[in-house]
Amino acid sequence: MATDGHGEVVIAVRGLTVGFGDHIVLDAVDLDVYRGEVLGFVGGSGAGKSVLLRTIIGLLPRRAGTVRVFGVDPVAADQATRRAVERRWGVLFQQGALFSSLTVRENLQFPVRENLRLSPRLMDELAVAKLQMVGLDASVLDKFPSELSGGMTKRVALARALALDPEIVFLDEPTSGLDPIGAADFDALIATLQRTLGLTVFMVTHDLDSLYTVCDRIAVLADRKVIATGTMASMLASDHPWLRAYFHGKRSRAAASAPAPPTVVQE
Amino acid sequence: MAEVLLTAAVQGAELRLAGAGAWVAHNARQLEAEIEEAARRYRAAGRVAIDMGRVERLDTFGAWLLERLVRGLAARGAAAEIVGLKEEHRALIEVVHAVSAERVRAPRGGRLAEALAAIGASIAAVGGYVGNFVAMLGAFMAALARLAVHPRAFRFTATVHQLDNVAWRAVPIILLITFLIGCIVAQQGIFHFRKFGAEIYVVDMVGILVLREIGVLIVSIMVAGRSGSAYTAELGTMKMREEIDALRTMGFEPIEVLVVPRIVALVIGVPILTFLGSMAALYGGGLVAWLYGGIAPDIFLSRLREAITLETFEVGMIKAPFMALVIGVVACVAGLNVKGSAESLGLQTTASVVESIFLVIVLDGLFAIFFASIGM
Repeated sequence: MATDGHGEVVIAVRGLTVGFGDHIVLDAVDLDVYRGEVLGFVGGSGAGKSVLLRTIIGLLPRRAGTVRVFGVDPVAADQATRRAVERRWGVLFQQGALFSSLTVRENLQFPVRENLRLSPRLMDELAVAKLQMVGLDASVLDKFPSELSGGMTKRVALARALALDPEIVFLDEPTSGLDPIGAADFDALIATLQRTLGLTVFMVTHDLDSLYTVCDRIAVLADRKVIATGTMASMLASDHPWLRAYFHGKRSRAAASAPAPPTVVQE
Repeated sequence: MAEVLLTAAVQGAELRLAGAGAWVAHNARQLEAEIEEAARRYRAAGRVAIDMGRVERLDTFGAWLLERLVRGLAARGAAAEIVGLKEEHRALIEVVHAVSAERVRAPRGGRLAEALAAIGASIAAVGGYVGNFVAMLGAFMAALARLAVHPRAFRFTATVHQLDNVAWRAVPIILLITFLIGCIVAQQGIFHFRKFGAEIYVVDMVGILVLREIGVLIVSIMVAGRSGSAYTAELGTMKMREEIDALRTMGFEPIEVLVVPRIVALVIGVPILTFLGSMAALYGGGLVAWLYGGIAPDIFLSRLREAITLETFEVGMIKAPFMALVIGVVACVAGLNVKGSAESLGLQTTASVVESIFLVIVLDGLFAIFFASIGM
């Protein structure tokens, strides 16, 4: 199961059960994420997508099952191993989770400062470089998070998630709250960064456009299980009622026609 | 760490720099040092070839350091060329090449200028603070006046809810603390008065001190710490999450919806707590007088009846609602002053507690002068 034509498995979830009180959110979930792919993770609102993400990165306790990232179970591992694994992933939280009392510069340099002993000059240059990679410029460096727009917050948060050049990035609804143009830019940005940095991307999303344009593979969570994984084509071909409702619903048609040439003629 | 990441060799007019190993984040410190060392030592080189063929791994850190080296060479007129670059590294090099990074320093003024600016800013802040306090007091009074005309707009449920939080739930801790304070005052009095055989005057001291000053002061300080801080944190969090803006857009006046019920609850709650606290302190004082000083309860009570008058009790109780008003206004001003950051919320909560305790004590002093001049 380590390789089945996809390459190395970097995240392996087996029999994962998570619940709060009497409420079971995830029931014996299995999921593999392969190196270098963009995995789109979809499911209804409240189905537990973010719960799975937060369980993988060790923020939520689990009832049963294992999670292995780079072959290590971060929760069971000792402190040093756990820190080493955590340095190899970056997380973009839904609301950005920038430190509100630090400037953008300090936010971007925080993980670097804590983990590597670099010269201030190099850290400043890298902060600017990362900002430019996510499509911002040096003018936001000394702003506070409360002075940024929603789209800028997401970009800065992505830059911070990338601060240590991680191998995996977890994105929790990266395009929610962005306008369609901003969302498309963000998708393109993720695709570019994924190519240039060789990232593995685990993306929780509701955005059908993101699924069409950047995701190599899609995993679907419904009824407390991962009911399907596969490419967009296989999702569209599936007969499962939930998948049909999700991918063939009214809102999906526009996205489905997106790859076709635009029909609007500009004067 | 012992691995060499960059080796230099001079071949005729050309300097050949050969990279090796992992040019990644955890080696960035060493790599920067090696690159700077090579750049310094071979300052005169006119043509430089950088061989990246043996670099196994490359990330943004390594790519940027390479880019910086190339730019540095170009800036002093040397011809730099990257050779043997692996195909999988090319995209990253191109991305980094597009970065236009002059170093942007964090803004910094001179020491003296900064110190003077800080003094000026804090003086201006005091001025602004007094303004905010007066404005909030005025807004509260105006809201009360509006409510007097339209009493149905008064939020009765919210006020009762706040009263439950600030008064009812505070009763146990207030009783405990004032009881202990009463005990301590009585014990200290007996201990020192005993030297000249005047133990019985402890009853006068405990009675007057507790009813006039200590009861209301201790309760006010406790309420400032317990409820004032909660008000600031609640309103501050609501401000940060734009809930207050939301209220306003729905046509509600935040002062009426949020501030009035809170301050009214304090103005009702603090006198009740002061009364209960004073009784607990007298009880504690009486208990210690009996057990430690040998003053029997009936003697304590009859002596107390002679020592205090209704006025003594009134002086304490009259102060209580004013203390409550100050605490409530300070807490609400601080809460609505919170800016976007978590740090600001912490600062404002601290400021709320410190300032309300300070103002409570100042107000108590003013009341002492006032009561003395009217002979109470």
